[in-house]
Amino acid sequence: MSQTTAWVVVISTSVACFSVKLLGYYIPAGWLAHPRLQRVNALVPIALLSALVVAEGLVEKTRVVIDHRLAGLCVALALLLAKAPFPVVVVGAAVASAILYHLH
Amino acid sequence: MGALIRLGKNGVVTKAPRDTLRDALSVALTVGTYGLAFGAAGIAAGFSVLQTCLFSLLTFTGASQFAAVGVMAAGGGALSAVAAAAMLGTRNALYGLQMAPLVQVKGFRRFFAAHVTIDESTAVALAQTPRGPHAMRFGFWLTGSGVFLFWNVFTLLGALGAKALGNPASWGLDAAVPAAFLGLLWPRLTSNYLRVVAVSSMVFAILVTPWLSAGVPIIASVLVAVAFGWRER
Repeated sequence: MSQTTAWVVVISTSVACFSVKLLGYYIPAGWLAHPRLQRVNALVPIALLSALVVAEGLVEKTRVVIDHRLAGLCVALALLLAKAPFPVVVVGAAVASAILYHLH
Repeated sequence: MGALIRLGKNGVVTKAPRDTLRDALSVALTVGTYGLAFGAAGIAAGFSVLQTCLFSLLTFTGASQFAAVGVMAAGGGALSAVAAAAMLGTRNALYGLQMAPLVQVKGFRRFFAAHVTIDESTAVALAQTPRGPHAMRFGFWLTGSGVFLFWNVFTLLGALGAKALGNPASWGLDAAVPAAFLGLLWPRLTSNYLRVVAVSSMVFAILVTPWLSAGVPIIASVLVAVAFGWRER
């Protein structure tokens, strides 16, 4: 990633996200009241976050790969099932992945 | 920044404003620790410490920030990164709709209200409903500004820490990012239906990955949300 790209992403993301927030304060309440829009909108974070788990944990460029990151994800899943708090989940995944990375 | 609202024992809410204060501060502190993870993720994706901190100051909506740096880390283009962040941020517009009649701010203060309109401030405000509109407003502003403070301080610490560590894979940072996404996703999976949506999105992302440019499968997963949400269940 070039420095130019990095700056474009930082600034555009900030502008886009702030505009969306501001939208909520300026548009009439009825505009977003359509039930279909509400249903889809409620599911968007779940779909995107799920895809991000895959893209970050199982993908390299455009290939699906199994590597040390998957071990980290499995540990994260186990910790979440055991109701561990967020920092423990993240650190646990990092430790498992790092161990495998160095063994490899 | 997931749904991290604890309402005290058995979810019972009692008097304002001290309990509101406790709700707000405990949420703000907890979210701060997510900031550490974001700071590290920003550096691992190739952003500078300054850029990572600007994300938290200016974008200030956790899941969107994670998405933007996540797409870039996955080798995606700037457009995919911004689109993913913006789509994840659309829920903030719905929060704004709910908060606008409550906070009733005009002019420039509306910008501040909008900026701190996020999962946590909205959730704490709504949780104060039994305590009345005063407590709701108090909860909204206190949580919003508290999260803003802790989120930014911890982002800086996380970024500096990750910078000092060096190679992200060597310290497991490349696995910490998907784990963070899983951690953000987890509290949202409150029913079997939502778990099906999540698993379907993951399978969909895996299936389309070889056919699309890097980062695009993340955006494309919105189609799964559309497919599931199109018809009433």
